[in-house]
Amino acid sequence: MLFHFHGGIHPDEHKLESSERPSARAPLPSRLIVPLQQHIGAKTKAIVQAGDKVLKGQMLARADGMVSAAVHAPTSGTVLSVDLHAVPHPSGLPDLCVTIEPDGEERWIEHAPLDYRAMPRAELLAKLQGAGIVGLGGATFPTHVKLSINPAQTVETLVLNGAECEPWITTDDRLMRERAAEIVQGIEILRYLVNPAETLVGIEDNKPQAIAAMRQACTGTDIQIITVPTLYPTGGEKQLIKVLTGKEVPSGVRPLNVGVSCSNVATAYAIHRLVNHGEPMISRLITVTGSVRTPQNFEVLIGTPVEELVKFAGGALPGSNGFILGGPMMGLHVSNGQLPVVKATNCIIVESAQLFPPPPAAMPCIRCTRCVDVCPAELQPQELHWFAKSTNFGKAQEYNLFDCIECGACNYVCPSHIPLVQYFRFAKSEIWAREREKRAADAARERHEFRLLRIEREKQEKAEKLAQKEKAALAAKAAAAVAPATDSAPAAVQPAPAAAESAADGATQSRIQAAIDRAKEQAAASKEKDTDILTPQQLAEMAEIEARRADIREIAHADAKQQQEQQ
Amino acid sequence: MLTALLVMSGIAIVLGAVLGFSAVKFKVEGNPLVEKIDAILPQTQCGQCGYPGCRPYAEAIASREADINRCPPGGEEGIRKLADLLGMEFKPFGEDTAAPKAKAVAFIDENVCIGCTLCIQACPVDAIAGAAKQMHTIIAAECTGCELCVAPCPVNCISMVTLPETAQTWKWQYPVNDKVASEK
Amino acid sequence: MPSSPFITRSTSVSAIMFKVLLALVPGIALYVWFYGPAILVSLALASVTALATEAVMLKLRNRPIKPFLSDNSALLTAWLLALSIPPLAPWWLVVVGTMFAISIAKHLYGGLGSNPFNPAMIGYAVLIISFPLHMTHWLSPLGLGQAEIGFADQLRYIFSGALPPGLTLDAVTMATPLDTLKTQLHMNRPMQEITAMPIYGHLAGHGSEMVAVGFLLGSVYLFANRIITWHQPVAFLGTLFLTAEIFHMVDSGHYATPMFHWFSGAAMLGAFFILTDPITSPTTPKGKLIFAAGAGFLTYIIRVFGGFPDGVAFATLLMNICVPLIDAYTQPKVFGHKAGKK
Repeated sequence: MLFHFHGGIHPDEHKLESSERPSARAPLPSRLIVPLQQHIGAKTKAIVQAGDKVLKGQMLARADGMVSAAVHAPTSGTVLSVDLHAVPHPSGLPDLCVTIEPDGEERWIEHAPLDYRAMPRAELLAKLQGAGIVGLGGATFPTHVKLSINPAQTVETLVLNGAECEPWITTDDRLMRERAAEIVQGIEILRYLVNPAETLVGIEDNKPQAIAAMRQACTGTDIQIITVPTLYPTGGEKQLIKVLTGKEVPSGVRPLNVGVSCSNVATAYAIHRLVNHGEPMISRLITVTGSVRTPQNFEVLIGTPVEELVKFAGGALPGSNGFILGGPMMGLHVSNGQLPVVKATNCIIVESAQLFPPPPAAMPCIRCTRCVDVCPAELQPQELHWFAKSTNFGKAQEYNLFDCIECGACNYVCPSHIPLVQYFRFAKSEIWAREREKRAADAARERHEFRLLRIEREKQEKAEKLAQKEKAALAAKAAAAVAPATDSAPAAVQPAPAAAESAADGATQSRIQAAIDRAKEQAAASKEKDTDILTPQQLAEMAEIEARRADIREIAHADAKQQQEQQ
Repeated sequence: MLTALLVMSGIAIVLGAVLGFSAVKFKVEGNPLVEKIDAILPQTQCGQCGYPGCRPYAEAIASREADINRCPPGGEEGIRKLADLLGMEFKPFGEDTAAPKAKAVAFIDENVCIGCTLCIQACPVDAIAGAAKQMHTIIAAECTGCELCVAPCPVNCISMVTLPETAQTWKWQYPVNDKVASEK
Repeated sequence: MPSSPFITRSTSVSAIMFKVLLALVPGIALYVWFYGPAILVSLALASVTALATEAVMLKLRNRPIKPFLSDNSALLTAWLLALSIPPLAPWWLVVVGTMFAISIAKHLYGGLGSNPFNPAMIGYAVLIISFPLHMTHWLSPLGLGQAEIGFADQLRYIFSGALPPGLTLDAVTMATPLDTLKTQLHMNRPMQEITAMPIYGHLAGHGSEMVAVGFLLGSVYLFANRIITWHQPVAFLGTLFLTAEIFHMVDSGHYATPMFHWFSGAAMLGAFFILTDPITSPTTPKGKLIFAAGAGFLTYIIRVFGGFPDGVAFATLLMNICVPLIDAYTQPKVFGHKAGKK
């Protein structure tokens, strides 16, 4: 029984260009540029440096914290540098990368399959993190975090995403056709980890061979292969979950909260390669299509420069003017062919003016609500667009801006050709920037108020100490005047009040004496740090500082003189 | 005539009593408006507005002593927010207020610092770590860029460094192809 | 830096507006059949005025002229206005109405997409309030008037106000069926007698009922091309029907049948072409229903109890005022925010 999500569009598929050729292994590129951040979460910390020789599969950077996943050498060779390099990011800003020159030998580090059924789940998850396994559907969320289930939660349904709804992309299609058995092995490992009541693999109906291959590979298991109608964006996590299970994942919450865990079929395959072959994530299947001579899928090493990969596909056709990393609806446009392929890259489309004509100039919104009709998140894109346009970010959030999955369906149908997704991205990044500023401002306010408090407190303490000192001084004077009386204290002939007084004075005096002794002690103790017991190194440093101070005094003097002369 | 007078006075007395009672019963401690204004101000504590910190400026705005366009770190957006809150007209920065600058943090040149603690005493958010005759350094994460530490330093070792944009702080631009045919 | 998505479907504002213009053709054709070609003159006049006014306004507002002039929205406003006013109207009536609609009702509010009121209806409202006499001299359907004038004479009248000798305006024009109904009812003639008058055809006014049928046919084209949805037409016609039926059942002597109301005046034009104007109607499905239902009810009230013969224009304008409120209160629940879902 299948359910529906609201909206969706049917763009031209362009899948046959690349889906009918079998995938090939891409040759070794001239160099591999491996970014340290290829996932959602904290950047990894490099554990190699320039000049190191590395083996294929060797860890280059370790995960930093829980939401992070390690990064490995895709082949054996020499580390040329650990430095900033252009990476695929919409900002175009560079990021830290490990650049490796392959030695051509493809020597593997020692690696062996894991006996996963024998190890506790937590250990297996740690192995996933250490092997750099992240979601290969495009979001690159570290898989071990996704699969970390606390004992209170149960997973009713494990969903495998084989929908691949974006046009032009055929990598999951070929993966399912060619390596169905291995994907199923990966699914078994996932089932071991999350222990679901049922397992569903959702595949769009435009991939009949993949469906057949997966069905065959699943015979004898209780994994169900479900054909879903081809509709963009059925491959969106929340949309696929709705279609297969009817559950709507509440906003701002993980699917785990409704008992569903969803992973891409390519991730399942990667898990299989790790567990059953010991291989960390160092390569993936990527579609190279668009304006190229032979569009097809390749098994590509992470870090391969885009230009070189396009050459392997026969080279770009004349008239090509850039690349899209990802699909045409949600991908990233880049013109720098030197950018490396990363874990998130599932497709490279070589653009040309013919295939991707520039959009016409935008007209004002005519409230036709075609965007509302297609939005899978059931939002009001035109309202969000007005709020973003007028920077009314409060209202934008009220209208659930952050539920937008940026699928681009609204943009696709807009007759005024308004760049809606860009407005939403603009609004989201502005809101995040404001939240960051607000947090910083709140922290600054706290520190400022605490500082004022501290100064007040110091003032008070000083005042108290002063008061006490005065009191002590007065008491000492009084005690000195009464001194003879206290010496003859044993004589009980003294009148009672006087004795009491002298006793009190005696007590005060002894306290004063104690305080004075303490102060002397402290002074003696601090005196130990005297200049004549310094080490030669400390002396040398001090001499340096003194020399610098002399220089500065000279300069300051000269400056002052100059200023005087100018005046 | 008399009845009219009596009725009016009666109403006045009753309403006055109700208002007086409410003023006492529902009295709000402090001035919540000051809190709201302070929440909008960027907490740089730089004093460019002419007041010793953001809270005194907020109080001055609340008592209508100060104008809303005196805070450069808040930028034009800050002025707009204040104008919205107070129901006033937006007013651009005046001649006597410095123009807003890009966010910068202070940086102490450790080769030159003499450990005099003058900058530590000047910093309004305690963002400088150090002690007498010990090295001083700016805690960049806490520095608001107020520049109050730059002047007191006797050896001019503090400079302001603008923060570079990183992939984490980068923001999507306002769409430009839209401008060809649309209104704004 | 260009942002995804990089593909779009190729429809455009001008294509949509053009399709609406095409959908008006059956109605216009029937109009010409029953009333003669004078309406074509009004249409042409209105179109030229609209485009000229739009060009001037765009220039004054420093906006690019070519993209906006070619988006066909001004043409659509012109045609809807021309179809709402008498075909034998003097040329200046058409020009004033169209100029007002385009410059004030559209551009002064911000141009395409920003006007809260339907410009054609504003134009109509201005004309009927300022020139009530001219607005009630509707061309008689062919064969019904006391006299008929040929096309050349019609043109002469439109542009110079001169009729052929021996003819008065009253001879060649008459009140609309709705207008006639109102006046006759005031004179206490019973409904059955009124509907037997030659001005009335099968369902409503002779001739004008067929024009309404023409617009209904045109709407099929709009539905087929997904230009409009069912919400406004169904809600408007449904409410109009219901209200008319209730009153008719209470007193059939004084209140016309629902079918009469459906096929007279601008009801069909309003249902499919005016209330479905996306710029001035709500954006939520529930909102559209409320908007059109309100307009249906108000149309009936104004027609029967108000001072004007047809209520569609004012009903539309009154509901246009409510659109932002309706929008704000009918926002549908977003995916993932629905309480009670599993």
